[in-house]
Amino acid sequence: MSLYSMQKFLFDLNRDPGVQALFRSAPGNVLDRYDLTREERAAIETHNIGLIYVLGANGQLLMHYAAYLGMPWPEYIAAMRNGVTQHGAVRAGIYAMTTDLNEKVANI
Amino acid sequence: MSLVFAGICSHAPGITGRAHMAEPTAVKSLHAAYRSMSEQLKASRPDALVVIAAEHFANFFMSNMPSFAIGMADRYEGPIEDPQWLGIARTSVPGNADLSRRLIQEIMQSVDIAYAEEWKFDHGIMVPLHFLTPDYDLTIVPMNINCQGPPLTPLHRAWAFGEALRRAADTCSERIAILGTGGISHWPATPDSGKINETWDREFLRSWSANNKAALLAYNDTDTYREAGQGGFEIRTFISVSAAAKGLGSVHFYQPIPIFAVGCTIATMTITE
Ligand SMILES: [Fe+2]
Repeated sequence: MSLYSMQKFLFDLNRDPGVQALFRSAPGNVLDRYDLTREERAAIETHNIGLIYVLGANGQLLMHYAAYLGMPWPEYIAAMRNGVTQHGAVRAGIYAMTTDLNEKVANI
Repeated sequence: MSLVFAGICSHAPGITGRAHMAEPTAVKSLHAAYRSMSEQLKASRPDALVVIAAEHFANFFMSNMPSFAIGMADRYEGPIEDPQWLGIARTSVPGNADLSRRLIQEIMQSVDIAYAEEWKFDHGIMVPLHFLTPDYDLTIVPMNINCQGPPLTPLHRAWAFGEALRRAADTCSERIAILGTGGISHWPATPDSGKINETWDREFLRSWSANNKAALLAYNDTDTYREAGQGGFEIRTFISVSAAAKGLGSVHFYQPIPIFAVGCTIATMTITE
């Protein structure tokens, strides 16, 4: 259920300006609604895109979340690579990395 | 009336959001290809455009994931993404709940679908509309095939859906255009973003253009994932257009543009009885 819950949070946040406003003013209250592990909750609280990626969040949910955070594209790509460097391979889902750690795809 | 236009095109968010990072001549040719598709669409004098897209969790989630969904509203909002990131301003797009209802009722005779009176557009629909109907003045009927949350819609069901859509369009008095949006091979939203399997793409486009049903339905998700990435699952929308149009395809533009994460594609198909 847990990865499901983390993704559900991202889904709700990405599509709902009301959730976005609440998450800005009282992030804890929003996160309390979801059944998250400590690791998942901390990853979201610290905007740790790399760890959320490794935990297996669907890339489309994650990409829209990074956009919501205002993260420029090269930073978003770098954050995912850093996540894999620090925490190892993607643990679930269909968005695993298939290129080498220091590979530059699309010159990024 | 029935179908008056059928086409497929890319919908990657980078096409609008990262245009400034791409090679200018490639961007120019892609924009020209979208423009000529827009003109072709307009020349067909459609009353409505059915967009068969592969959405990315704008409306549907694993809490209740439909294999197929069709919008049934008079207005839709989009994009859900940060407008600055996507390079497309938030807007309202006209729909036609009555036309949707008639299409839905007929499609339901052979394919079990979900309908939705609320629907937010993401880049899967907004990027194509940004180029094809930039004034958002054409009635849109959004349709979705689950290409994102496994278990995914089987390819042969995407074909059956396309056939059902055609039958439904044939019963309408309106002039209906259809557009399938998605990517062929790509690894979007991952560190691999920009990886493109051009050989695989060209092979797929050959089968699509020939409307080779056997070849199109012979793809399977294990091989597609390995050779064409999770983005390759979106071939479902292109396959349903083949089943609906029943004609032969012409690829007007195909070019890998890595910073857009996809082999950018613009193609149309003739409509055959
Ligand atoms: Fe997509």
